[in-house]
Amino acid sequence: MSTEKPLPVIDHDSTPYWEAARQGRLDIPLCGDCGKHHFYPRSVCPHCHSDNLDFDTVSGRGEVHTFTIARRPAGPAFADDVPYVVALIELEEGPRMMSRIQTGDPEKVHIGAKVEVTFVKANDEVTFPYFKLT
Amino acid sequence: MKNGREPVVVGVADAPLEDGKFVTKASVLGHAALVAKAAVEEAGLKLSDVDGLLTAGMWGVPGPGQLATVTLGEYLGIMPIFVDGTNIGGSAFEAHVAHAAMALREGYCEVALIVYSSDQKSLRSRNLGGRPSVLSMQHETPFGMPTPVGGYAMAAQRHMHEFGTTSENLAEIAVATRKWAQLNPEATRRDPLSIDDVLSSTMISEPLHLLDCCLVTDGAGAIVMTTAERAKDLNTRPVAVKGYGEAHTHWAISEMPDLARLLPAQKAGERAMKMAGVSHTDIDVVEIYDSFTITVLLSLEALGFCKIGEGGDFVSGQRTAPGGAFPMNTSGGGLSALHPGMFGMFLLIEAVRQLRDEVGERQVKGAETALVHGTGGTLSSGATVILQKD
Repeated sequence: MSTEKPLPVIDHDSTPYWEAARQGRLDIPLCGDCGKHHFYPRSVCPHCHSDNLDFDTVSGRGEVHTFTIARRPAGPAFADDVPYVVALIELEEGPRMMSRIQTGDPEKVHIGAKVEVTFVKANDEVTFPYFKLT
Repeated sequence: MKNGREPVVVGVADAPLEDGKFVTKASVLGHAALVAKAAVEEAGLKLSDVDGLLTAGMWGVPGPGQLATVTLGEYLGIMPIFVDGTNIGGSAFEAHVAHAAMALREGYCEVALIVYSSDQKSLRSRNLGGRPSVLSMQHETPFGMPTPVGGYAMAAQRHMHEFGTTSENLAEIAVATRKWAQLNPEATRRDPLSIDDVLSSTMISEPLHLLDCCLVTDGAGAIVMTTAERAKDLNTRPVAVKGYGEAHTHWAISEMPDLARLLPAQKAGERAMKMAGVSHTDIDVVEIYDSFTITVLLSLEALGFCKIGEGGDFVSGQRTAPGGAFPMNTSGGGLSALHPGMFGMFLLIEAVRQLRDEVGERQVKGAETALVHGTGGTLSSGATVILQKD
């Protein structure tokens, strides 16, 4: 089994999102008809099914909706990271996204904890939006 | 009004396991064929009578198994005129029962065969490296999300936060299920288990411990359905399919509408019970998908056996164990009997055997009505079937 960490296979829906992350911005789709943000990026709004969508730079602030502390890695590629915190972040703008909480003390993470985005470069093409406790 | 085309289950079969592995030497399709043959013969039918074929599985993917019914139909040497390869995860077989029931009512087929087979344990093929990082999974897999346990852990964490559910509550389910397994000679894990054993087992993905998780085994099973009219001529005890429902919500866990409430189970359960004309108090035995202990708790609440948030109390004091008020997962479930990747097939087989009064020590006395509920994906899909002694 590969020990390389998996990287996103970027597609037409997600190109602007990953490009913004590379530049240190959190850009997610905003619907021009219903006015709601969504995540992950799609070509049709999952709320009202409009295709009048544009990427919008959001605050990068939110809270921990739920999380798990991985005590066993998701495959050998993540073995050196254990224990690590995978969380669902509820952004101030509404949508939830999965990410990592960057912390030296996983026990400090709790539901409702305030977080903000921090960008972690994987390689020249991919930068991940991680979150840290505020 | 009855017209003779009411759907009934007339045969079931499963493959013997030893230490979670197939005993018989055969390929994954070979095991599918052997249980299919056993189930049709139990019904007093022949494989050549089968004109409806339903299956789901991960074998040969990418490859021939992407066209699962086609590959299996060829192997069996039959030409079905009704097929369904619906794959919504472990609940697929409950959905197959629903789809076969509709095809039988409609006269679209006469004898429907539902089959599952997996040799994941023998092959050591269980992929714990995560899902390919494409499409929606490009936003989950790279973060090291443990699959599938991580999503269930996140749901458990949320349920604990909202309702005060505890790890002890979840452990009650694992312990009660083990007690049923101890009454089932075919179950894989039959050694005694205590709540402390569950709580002191290795933490995998907080708050879920190793013993909150199902087994990883081989397994093959088959179900044969036909109409009430056709069943009259067969030397078998038919079990009626009285109601069914199915629904799904998400694949990426970030898209689950509510991490502490299992909406597909609610939708599917309500529909199935309404169709069957039964209420919760009519149900004598319950078989609920137990990929993880939290799966059961969420399902019990969503199916309406208790209020949302009260699942912890509901399962406390070993209420679901042998001799308890609420007989559940009577084979020993996915937690202790077997779990070959997609467990829903085996929930159905156990329910049918309970209603035919043939499971010996673990028999629920006087069982006439059973509710079976499968869950698939990462709490993604749900499908319910109500079965009744005919």
